Amino acid sequence: MADPLRYRTDAAHEEPAVTLDAFLGQTNATAVRLESDEDARALIPHLDRLALIEVSFPGFRDGRGYSAGRILREAGYTGELRAQGDVLVDQIALMRRCGFDSLVPDKPLDAAAVARALSRYDAVYQKAADGRPPIWALRHG
Amino acid sequence: MYKYDSYDQTIVDTRVEEFREQVERRLSGELSEDQFKPLRLMNGLYLQLHAYMLRVAIPYGTLDARQMRMLAHVARTYDKGYGHFTTRQNIQFNWIELKDTPDILAELATVEMHAIQTSGNCIRNISSDQFAGAAADEVTDPRPWAELLRQWSTFHPEFSYLPRKFKICVIAADEDRAAMRLHDIGIQLTRNEAGDVGAAVYVGGGMGRTPMIAPLIKDFVPIDDLLSYVEACLRVYNRYGRRDNIYKARIKILIHEIGADSYRQQVEDEWAHVKTLGLDPPRAEFERIAGFFAPPAYDSAAPDTIDRSDPDFALWVDQNVKPHKQPGYAIATISLKPVGGIPGDATAAQIDLMADLAERYSFDELRVTHAQNIVLPYVRKADLHALWQALDGAGLATANLDLISDIIACPGLDYCSLANARSIPLAQKIANRFASMERQRDLGELKLKISGCINACGHHHAGHIGILGVDKRGAENYQLLLGGSGAEDASLGNITGPGFDEDGIVDAIERTVETYRAVRTDGERFLDTYRRVGIAPFKEAIYG
Ligand code: HEM
Ligand code: SF4
Repeated sequence: MADPLRYRTDAAHEEPAVTLDAFLGQTNATAVRLESDEDARALIPHLDRLALIEVSFPGFRDGRGYSAGRILREAGYTGELRAQGDVLVDQIALMRRCGFDSLVPDKPLDAAAVARALSRYDAVYQKAADGRPPIWALRHG
Repeated sequence: MYKYDSYDQTIVDTRVEEFREQVERRLSGELSEDQFKPLRLMNGLYLQLHAYMLRVAIPYGTLDARQMRMLAHVARTYDKGYGHFTTRQNIQFNWIELKDTPDILAELATVEMHAIQTSGNCIRNISSDQFAGAAADEVTDPRPWAELLRQWSTFHPEFSYLPRKFKICVIAADEDRAAMRLHDIGIQLTRNEAGDVGAAVYVGGGMGRTPMIAPLIKDFVPIDDLLSYVEACLRVYNRYGRRDNIYKARIKILIHEIGADSYRQQVEDEWAHVKTLGLDPPRAEFERIAGFFAPPAYDSAAPDTIDRSDPDFALWVDQNVKPHKQPGYAIATISLKPVGGIPGDATAAQIDLMADLAERYSFDELRVTHAQNIVLPYVRKADLHALWQALDGAGLATANLDLISDIIACPGLDYCSLANARSIPLAQKIANRFASMERQRDLGELKLKISGCINACGHHHAGHIGILGVDKRGAENYQLLLGGSGAEDASLGNITGPGFDEDGIVDAIERTVETYRAVRTDGERFLDTYRRVGIAPFKEAIYG
């Protein structure tokens, strides 16, 4: 697997991610992989022992992972949240907004295009999981 | 009307530049059509049978003269000199060249317009009541809420890759002029007993191949919580809507499969959580937006009578002019359905003229209706005659609002690559058959809607008379449906029986309306007669 694009300062997590079933059946795993049809909320009781959650995006049209990301961040998860799969340059800004801080695209992305995509929009209309203030908050400072 | 501030403008300008880069990558061959498709679709650019089609958003159907003139300019400069107003209160240009689209969007951005989210599996243009702000029967103006929803839904990070497209409608009157319950989410603003404004939220309506009328999911959401409630509705859908089958991916199918009660409970649970996240903007933001929709500077001395001495004018007033909340004013609908014309089409010259008339007579404001007409919402009664004369000179004074020739028709086989049959020539044939205005008035309110295939872009399920184009062993064939309604008495039409060819369907409609004339009681609308007597006498007349 290619090195993830990481937007965190801590060291990359080395332990391989186990399936949700395997994770829920054992007590010592610290990394888990969530398929797009699995319920992120099943992880909520265990967030404090997780260092990596990898969320699968099997096709770019499958947007369930965006909800999974936000749900995990809203529940207070602070570990690495990785989007893996059909991650395209046109989706990464949305993923970052939903709380993903590491990306593992199936096909490598052009670094310059990534930088442009992530810095393109100065302001956003909604509050999400990235801490950016929505435009309504800027308007009413 | 809402005016962009620098935040809104920057977002739209940035979007134009982003799309310009994407088009350049496509034209240089760096992107294949396959890779480009989802990108262009996020920006309202479709590939049709003969050319690209660009769909431009008209948020909640409201626009001013400057924007209207820009649409005329685009039609003249980049298209064949006309545009097509759609059932979703947008406008489509049918003959666009890919290389021109960035420039078109840049020009549109100079008048605060865009094509963002006019296609794709995201939250589409928010629709609303075309009489908003002017209707005598509204609880409040729904448009500030529609604008709030527009901003909230623009590039929503969680809801840009939904299972399927998502349409939201906001109204604020009991009379439903916007087919609210045929939307994925229909919001009706109401007042509770304490006098507070809130929202009745209907979820899971839609047309397409499996039409459904949205059930009521919550009868009163306090207005300050509206966005978080809608966010909860969408999150449940994004997580559990079907993604295995594109034909079962709309939210209506989810709600149908799990049941409204179960969906409601899931939304309640989600909302209890979402509400704690501080997603709802403060009152001050609502008030800032609402300020743009303040009533215009009415002339309180405007006479409240209309001089009806010109009989043709009086007929137009009776059919196309509706009561206004402000004494001395009226709401005028400009029909884009001249007999023999293309429903919803307007030439660049007509668009310019309507812009001029809006400036002169309607406080610089126009509306697009889901029935593909244009509304001037604030006309002094004393100006109606002059307005009518100006419209008449441009072929825009057809007095047929809600009559049988006020047909909704999708583009059909003349443009659309999904079509089974032509819609436009059929609409023209029907209008010609019923060309006598006297006969049309005698038939009264009769909403006829035509779709060229099962996708139902022409709302045929919701027509008092609906027509669906099907493919019968390679030939165009039309099915007839009766008894649908997109209004507050929403219902879905029933198929009468075997389909017809193009002449046969026009004859079948004629037999249908003659049956109605024979069995109606005094003053009874077609729809009410149908509901009273059922489909049997109509079937008998058509096939017997
Ligand atoms: C020619 C290009 C067009 C294409 C390819 C197209 C495609 C489609 C498709 C595939 C659907 C079904 C979606 C579903 O059931 O999930 C649909 C629905 C619809 N379209 Fe179109 N359409 C086109 C033009 C139009 C036009 C011109 C209008 C307006 C006059 C329109 C308005 C609608 C509406 C109102 C629906 C029904 C929405 C619902 O199911 O709730 N479309 N369209
Ligand atoms: S109803 Fe069918 S034929 Fe008509 S525009 Fe929609 S997809 Fe095309």
